[in-house]
Amino acid sequence: MQFKSTVISNQEVSPGYFRMRMTAPPELAGSQPGQFIMVRVRDAIDPLLRRPFGIFDVGVAESEFPGLGAATYLEMLYKVVGKGTEALSGYHHGDHVDVIAPLGAGFDLGDPEEEKILVGGGIGIAPLYYLAKTLVQHSRVRFFLGGRTRDDILCVTEFERLGVETYVSTDDGTLGDRGLVTEVMERHIRENRSRKTLYACGPMPMLKAVAEIAQRTATPCQVSLEAYMACGMGACLGCVVKGKEHSDETPDYRCVCKDGPVFAFDQLKWV
Amino acid sequence: MSKPDLSVEIAGITFRNPVMTASGTFGYGEEFADYVDLESIGAIITKGLSIKPKAGNPTPRIQETTGGMLNAIGLQNVGIEAFVEHKVPFLRTVSTPVIVNFFGNTVEEYAELAERLDRIPEVTGVEINISCPNVKHGGIVFGTDPKAAYSVVKAVREATIKPVIAKLSPNVTDIVEMAWACADAEADALSLINTLTGMAIDVKRRRPVLANVTGGLSGPAVKPVALRMVWQVARAVKIPVIGIGGIMSGTDALEFMLAGASAVQVGTANFLDPSAAQRIAGEMETYLEQNGIHDVKELIGALEV
Ligand SMILES: Cc1cc2nc3c(=O)[nH]c(=O)nc-3n(C[C@H](O)[C@H](O)[C@H](O)COP(=O)(O)OP(=O)(O)OC[C@H]3O[C@@H](n4cnc5c(N)ncnc54)[C@H](O)[C@@H]3O)c2cc1C
Ligand SMILES: Cc1cc2nc3c(=O)[nH]c(=O)nc-3n(C[C@H](O)[C@H](O)[C@H](O)COP(=O)(O)O)c2cc1C
Ligand code: FES
Repeated sequence: MQFKSTVISNQEVSPGYFRMRMTAPPELAGSQPGQFIMVRVRDAIDPLLRRPFGIFDVGVAESEFPGLGAATYLEMLYKVVGKGTEALSGYHHGDHVDVIAPLGAGFDLGDPEEEKILVGGGIGIAPLYYLAKTLVQHSRVRFFLGGRTRDDILCVTEFERLGVETYVSTDDGTLGDRGLVTEVMERHIRENRSRKTLYACGPMPMLKAVAEIAQRTATPCQVSLEAYMACGMGACLGCVVKGKEHSDETPDYRCVCKDGPVFAFDQLKWV
Repeated sequence: MSKPDLSVEIAGITFRNPVMTASGTFGYGEEFADYVDLESIGAIITKGLSIKPKAGNPTPRIQETTGGMLNAIGLQNVGIEAFVEHKVPFLRTVSTPVIVNFFGNTVEEYAELAERLDRIPEVTGVEINISCPNVKHGGIVFGTDPKAAYSVVKAVREATIKPVIAKLSPNVTDIVEMAWACADAEADALSLINTLTGMAIDVKRRRPVLANVTGGLSGPAVKPVALRMVWQVARAVKIPVIGIGGIMSGTDALEFMLAGASAVQVGTANFLDPSAAQRIAGEMETYLEQNGIHDVKELIGALEV
């Protein structure tokens, strides 16, 4: 659905990373983890297109306005990379943005009995918080979080507060273990032989590494992808990725916005 | 005052208002059903169709530019068989006219597709895309050579009794010459413009942004060019002209009508505002009411130069 949302708060949580909470219609409380939103940053032609963001959190909370009762809120966690996110970072309490949400296909929550392994790289943790919040209700959840440096490691305490066991690694060793998050994660999978499902979101090289580990260890795995999007609703065909059957003769393109952004890793062609 | 009349007639079809959705920007209609009342728009024009499914280009396929966007989708589409099986059943449920945009690699393919579309009752009319950059025909693009354009339109004309709209490319030296060729081949109407060939460069990587290197520019950035071309063509031909290019508001649409368009198509605007076509029709109605104009047809070509 399309709605006008009011910014409740917009805080810089680490240099260049912001967390924005905004109002949302009650229907949004039913969003699935992994779904995303399209934000019209300004009611103008620059930036022209909407910008896609994962749902970081959604829920119902006591309204900040006394006497108004409980209200649905939506949160996104974003990194400032260009003019759209730059403009968003200047928004304050009371400002308005136009939002389309929830969009796309979210994560499959799987079997409650098995352990859930979440892997996030940098801003890729954005859709994993709401996923973790949902999964901890039934399953054991471990979260492997990686980034280039300590400033890229966000919201660790929020995950820990959910009761999620969190492992941090950075490329430069400024926080947690030094090295790749995927290596730490693979070690855990090999050492603990209980049934698991992997959930990953982050930069493409990280997702490829996770997919390879999933393949090698025969672990079910879902990945959340990013693609440049214009419409977010399956109309422009700008956001496609190659599905597993893809070849030049038999095209198998999947829309990240509509068929995804979450895909089972074995549904995609990784080369 | 009674409600103003927004209806327009093109090739014997009455459209409830002049606002249509441009091909490639509105999927097959269904994608937008939650956001726009499909019964409130003039017509749905579907994504460019070919006989066989088409894969399209590698990614990245789109890039925003100042006031516009580049796309190099490469005409990815499901092909006519899947269209009939999976898309037509939904289109049957709306009363709004459906115009199918299509293309081929050869004159024969255009004719074959036109003939197959002619047999589908849900298809109200066809729009021939002769602006696609990848066609064979001796290396000459159908959309830039008047003789080739004539032969394609003629072949389609003979293959269908449904209304035929020829969609023109702006990537030509003389758009009027192209318009004449299509009118001579008995197109019922002309639509213009398709996207303008453009490019974006990533200076960090010193590489083109799009995998295809070049792409088609659309959005507000192209509106002045589109308006000029619609004005030139509408004065030169007797058949109706449908204006396309950067239309974002009722005022934009009215500019095209004044320049001589009998109807308009809304493209890129659907992406940022999925209810754009409905909103634009509403804004046109408000303008007519506020200015005491009873019939939108009074505005067609009413520009004073
Ligand atoms: C489904 C989905 C969910 C996303 N969720 C989040 C999220 O929760 N938090 C977050 O910070 N970001 C997220 N992104 C990425 C986010 O959409 C882009 O960072 C944003 O659109 C950039 O806009 P901009 O105007 O600031 O940058 P622009 O000025 O448009 O571009 C600056 C640079 O940013 C990069 N970029 C632009 N668009 C995208 C894109 N769509 N995907 C990846 N990189 C891009 C390019 O390298 C570009 O050169 C998500 C993307 C998708 C597709
Ligand atoms: C993503 C995209 C896909 C398009 N696909 C087609 C197509 O399949 N056939 C066609 O004739 N035009 C296609 N077009 C061109 C549009 O129909 C329209 O002519 C053009 O975008 C200019 O209008 P606008 O500025 O309102 O977008 C496409 C445009 C875009 C942006
Ligand atoms: S963004 Fe338009 S089809 Fe996915």
